[in-house]
Amino acid sequence: MIGGLFIYNHKGEVLISRVYRDDIGSMELSGSCVGGWLERNAVDAFRVNVIHARQQVRSPVTNIARTSFFHVKRSNIWLAAVTKQNVNAAMVFEFLYKMCDVMTAYFGKISEENIKNNFVLIYELLDEILDFGYPQNSETGALKTFITQQGIKGQTKEEQSQITSQVTGQIGWRREGIKYRRNELFLDVLESVNLLMSPQGQVLSAHVSGRVVMKSYLSGMPECKFGMNDKIVIDKQGKGGATDDAAKSGKQSIAIDDCTFHQCVRLSKFDSERSISFIPPDGEYELMRYRTTKDIILPFRVIPLVREVGRTKLEVKVVIKSNFKPSLLAQKIEVRIPTPLNTSGVQVICMKGKAKYKASENAIVWKIKRMAGMKESQISAEIELLPTNDKKKWARPPISMNFEVPFAPSGLKVRYLKVFESKLNYSDHDVIKWVRYIGRSGIYETRC
Amino acid sequence: NEWMFLFSLVCSGEIFELKAELNSDKKEKKKEAVKKVIASMTVGKDVSALFPDVVNCMQTDNLELKKLVYLYLMNYAKSQPDMAIMAVNTFVKDCEDPNPLIRALAVRTMGCIRVDKITEYLCEPLRKCLKDEDPYVRKTAAVCVAKLHDINAQLVEDQGFLDTLKDLISDSNPMVVANAVAALSEIAESHPNSNLLDLNPQTINKLLTALNECTEWGQIFILDCLANYTPRDDRESQSICERVTPRLSHANSAVVLSAVKVLMKFMEMLPKDLDYYGTLLKKLAPPLVTLLSAEPELQYVALRNINLIVQRRPEIMKHEMKVFFVKYNDPIYVKLEKLDIMIRLASQANIAQVLAELKEYATEVDVDFVRKAVRAIGRCAIKVEQSAERCVSTLLDLIQTKVNYVVQEAIVVIKDIFRKYPNKYESVIATLCENLDSLDEPEARAAMIWIVGEYAERIDNADELLESFLEGFHDESTQVQLQLLTAIVKLFLKKPTETQELVQQVLSLATQDSDNPDLRDRGYIYWRLLSTDPVAAKEVVLAEKPLISEETDLIEPTLLEELICHIGTLASVYHKPPSAFVEGSRGVQHKRLPCSAGSVDSPETSSTAGVSDAPPAVIPSQGDLLGDLLNLDLTPTTTGPPPPAVSTGMQLGAMDLLGGGLDSLCDTLVCDLQIGAGFGAAPAAMPASFGAPGSGGLDDLFDLGSGVGMPMGAYSPPKSVWLQAMKAKGLEISGTFARRAGVIQMEMTLTNKAMSVMTDFAIQFNRNSFGLSPAGPLQVLTPLSPNQSIEVALPLNTSGPVMKMDPLNNLQVAVKNNIDVFYFSCQYPISMLFVEDGKMERQIFLATWKDIPNENESQFQIKDCHLNAVSNKLQGSNIFTIAKRTVDGQDMLYLSVKLTNGIWVLAELRIQAGNPNYTISLKCRAPEVSQCVFQSYEAVLKN
Repeated sequence: MIGGLFIYNHKGEVLISRVYRDDIGSMELSGSCVGGWLERNAVDAFRVNVIHARQQVRSPVTNIARTSFFHVKRSNIWLAAVTKQNVNAAMVFEFLYKMCDVMTAYFGKISEENIKNNFVLIYELLDEILDFGYPQNSETGALKTFITQQGIKGQTKEEQSQITSQVTGQIGWRREGIKYRRNELFLDVLESVNLLMSPQGQVLSAHVSGRVVMKSYLSGMPECKFGMNDKIVIDKQGKGGATDDAAKSGKQSIAIDDCTFHQCVRLSKFDSERSISFIPPDGEYELMRYRTTKDIILPFRVIPLVREVGRTKLEVKVVIKSNFKPSLLAQKIEVRIPTPLNTSGVQVICMKGKAKYKASENAIVWKIKRMAGMKESQISAEIELLPTNDKKKWARPPISMNFEVPFAPSGLKVRYLKVFESKLNYSDHDVIKWVRYIGRSGIYETRC
Repeated sequence: NEWMFLFSLVCSGEIFELKAELNSDKKEKKKEAVKKVIASMTVGKDVSALFPDVVNCMQTDNLELKKLVYLYLMNYAKSQPDMAIMAVNTFVKDCEDPNPLIRALAVRTMGCIRVDKITEYLCEPLRKCLKDEDPYVRKTAAVCVAKLHDINAQLVEDQGFLDTLKDLISDSNPMVVANAVAALSEIAESHPNSNLLDLNPQTINKLLTALNECTEWGQIFILDCLANYTPRDDRESQSICERVTPRLSHANSAVVLSAVKVLMKFMEMLPKDLDYYGTLLKKLAPPLVTLLSAEPELQYVALRNINLIVQRRPEIMKHEMKVFFVKYNDPIYVKLEKLDIMIRLASQANIAQVLAELKEYATEVDVDFVRKAVRAIGRCAIKVEQSAERCVSTLLDLIQTKVNYVVQEAIVVIKDIFRKYPNKYESVIATLCENLDSLDEPEARAAMIWIVGEYAERIDNADELLESFLEGFHDESTQVQLQLLTAIVKLFLKKPTETQELVQQVLSLATQDSDNPDLRDRGYIYWRLLSTDPVAAKEVVLAEKPLISEETDLIEPTLLEELICHIGTLASVYHKPPSAFVEGSRGVQHKRLPCSAGSVDSPETSSTAGVSDAPPAVIPSQGDLLGDLLNLDLTPTTTGPPPPAVSTGMQLGAMDLLGGGLDSLCDTLVCDLQIGAGFGAAPAAMPASFGAPGSGGLDDLFDLGSGVGMPMGAYSPPKSVWLQAMKAKGLEISGTFARRAGVIQMEMTLTNKAMSVMTDFAIQFNRNSFGLSPAGPLQVLTPLSPNQSIEVALPLNTSGPVMKMDPLNNLQVAVKNNIDVFYFSCQYPISMLFVEDGKMERQIFLATWKDIPNENESQFQIKDCHLNAVSNKLQGSNIFTIAKRTVDGQDMLYLSVKLTNGIWVLAELRIQAGNPNYTISLKCRAPEVSQCVFQSYEAVLKN
């Protein structure tokens, strides 16, 4: 299991160090201690070999003198988990991410200053969520009931046992006795659409990775059921009768390649009935993630044309076409056209928006605030090049695009979210529900 | 900024102030003070002096303060065990606190204090907590048993905690179950044969029930434990699989991977014709693909695992090629792994897409990635025959880019393509030859030379091309030298008339001027083959080559099986069994996949078995037939002037070597070679034993080494094995010490007996009696391939740190390579520390002899010594004879030696005529060296 956890700043100074296992503390070898690299302890070994390494990080897992270091980096901060055993590597990384989430939930951005100002809290958290290197309940909702920055006021006996039963309970992510005057929930379907297209306009790969994020402000322990236009569900219902309806909705149903759920969702029920039922955590959380690859609506098409005019000039023309209902508006559109390293000057003409050559980023950045569906726009640029002796050809990185559209490129639709709370006197109809679809570009690239 | 404020306080040495604050009456002040203490502890300040004061703060009902004090205790208790006892009472009391949070905190912390005396007191509270009414306390206590077991396993067994822990598997609370499972699994690992985790259908059922209810982490513990179970039959196997598959939809990647592990393992038992088997296979792909949209670090773990899964069950991912396409912004470690999997999945169906991608990658920035992409194109050609032509043309396009490293990689893979499809693509040779000059990497040069040699008959100017490499023969790496030697011999056998001079030149370069035994020996073999039986030479050198395999870099099947059982863990990331990187008893136990119930054949294993043993290079440059023949361990011929008898003896030897029946093919060659020999050029480097009577025949060639180690210079013991391959993951080190021209050298033979290449060698010494330390880095410049040996001479100086060792001449050494660090100790002959200016003036000798007290004199016997020129022999090892006299038929030699650290050792050696036993008296101001010095005298005289 995890033997120790260290947090470093960008210089490699230790901000937090918590050792769970004896084998980590110092790495002296039994018997003879041979000079040099062995007498360093784990903390220094990581600093020297990873943080101060000149080379780019070649692996997130490093083995130094029989000790394994797992690291993740958040802005300038390095989190490293250390072990000498054959631990579950996926679990260690998941834990490190979780640790970041918990810290963010407590004090916001993970920065050197925030860590230093909250070091007592961090130690307290680390003591609670890792025991002898085994991750324990790390749901912020539960943690916040008994690890607070203010210090705990005298708890009554009931409160104490409520805390422990929540921390260890089957519904560790939600505490009892939550009350809202207005029962309300927000569903955000957030999709990022990824594309890799050849210069000729052939789709090399495309997929949508989506998330359903829920903000729930519901009283009690509500039982929820979530439904979407999942092809498997719709087809199943179709068989049961209502052929008309099925044929109609069949068109709109989508094939989901795979999905994963927050731990509140009863997975065995999803596996057998493909129904998504759960008791939600309070506040914001990610209900599910999914991936689709079929029938994706690609909101934009990029048509590049690059021509080399002699050795010192490059002509670039890029056309973008929007491919969705004319009534909808795409926003925050940005097209990034890479330029060679030896670019000396650029002239740009664009029909719409603003375009600028950014020398520091080696790219022409073309920004358009808004664009309706079924439109097209064009940019052309002349790139002057300095003559070089460099034999190596320019690698021609792909043209990438950013945008935001108010629909789900996968075609996913929320069909219902039903809320049942038998013990309290509100019903599904009383809950105010909001649904929003946002499609964003993921890695949306066209080779040129 | 609180932190800086706290920190500066401690820095300025206000420990006194802290002490006062800790003892303050005000709670807030106390708490702030403890915070300051913790802050300074974190940055590495020693605040152990405050131990009693901090412990005094422990008795508080303020939970936050208590936690801080506990944190301090965990850190310092071990260094202050006696003081830690002071805390015991509070712990025991806290374990009975009405607040379950405090009870749990106390038992959790107590287990972290690894002080024997405390563990005794821990037993009773722990027993109570294991049966506590509150699940939070029980789940904490369960882990505490594992902690206690780590400190004192016997105690845990004696106290019956293991049984209590087993009972917790049936606990009503899923989290308690999960922690109990985790603790039991860990304890069971250190007792491989105990039936501790007695998994039977009932317990499995309990675990599966808890699986649905516990936290994500608990699910991981349970799944990892389930993976160790072997179902009784295929039906049980299927029912477990059915209950585990829902986990594949979990948001936590570790849960998914652990579920995949269970399924991959239990699937082995399902009959292949079963419908469910197919369903399961289909269910595995989507979650694996989903893992690739996780954060990059997890992607990396997932990819390393998919790499294993694809090797074991290629059918799972065979339609998912596209998801492994590299994204421009992927971190390099993700890119390299994706590329690896792409090649494994390449097939006739998707090869066009794959090739198009690989071509793109070959223009990227990262050099390693580009190289791998180019290599991948070659591998595609070898794997999918239909694509070979396109691959070759893609490679030619890439060669046209003239990007140096791209060209070199392309040439290396084209060589393999030639091997796979003989007589098909040789038309491209001309293009390759154009790039000859730009090749600066050994592997590429060697590949090109191989091509020229192999197709010598089709390349008009093959002789010129090869000759151009000869000029800088000695600057080439061994790999290139060997290849050049072979290529020229091939050329000669194909075009004997025009290339005699060339072959003669390369043979003499290889045999005379090279220090490398492999090269010399290969040279001699060719020489002898050519001179005795050219027909046989042709058969050997131009033999038909075995076909090369389609798949390379496959993991050996038994290892693969073991790694499949470790999916999700570090072992699966490193692609190494746990025993390779985990110390102690843990993980030594090898895991195996269960046998399948129905049709037995496991995919591929049988067919890949032979392949995987071969190193990835298709034509191993060092390990081919001749290389193996010559893989004898010869000591280097680095020193020693040629003995006087050489010139005539050599001539004989050379004649003899060449005189054997040469027939039709190369009469002229013989003449030329004989002339060469006559000139004395060839013999010059040939060592002494060549002149020995009755020499001749191949055996003598190989005896050379034995004669070489013993020149007239200083005595140096024969090499002995210092580090056994078994203990060092395949690295064997044997060696000796020698003093050559005033320089102490550590001469080692490093042998790679492992299956992978070793690189990045480094060496360090521990402090030792005479301050020996390496004068430079360990010079192992080329990677050490499997089955290869390399000789290194490491010059030493004596300016290192000194520490008296026992025995005095003991030296502890650490050798590091890309695999690990290894330790051994060896003893050096003290005679190598005898310096050249160790001859004492006669007068001073006399005075000193008298001056050294008699207690410092020690007398030894040297038995069975038969020598004539004792003085000369001793002088060779810097033992100087100051005076000699003969008394009553007894020779008395007065000798002096000076060690590197300036210690003089004086000696009187008495030799009775006719008596083989000599007596020696040693006098020295530092008598502890006498024993060692005597041993050296003995060794020098007897050898």
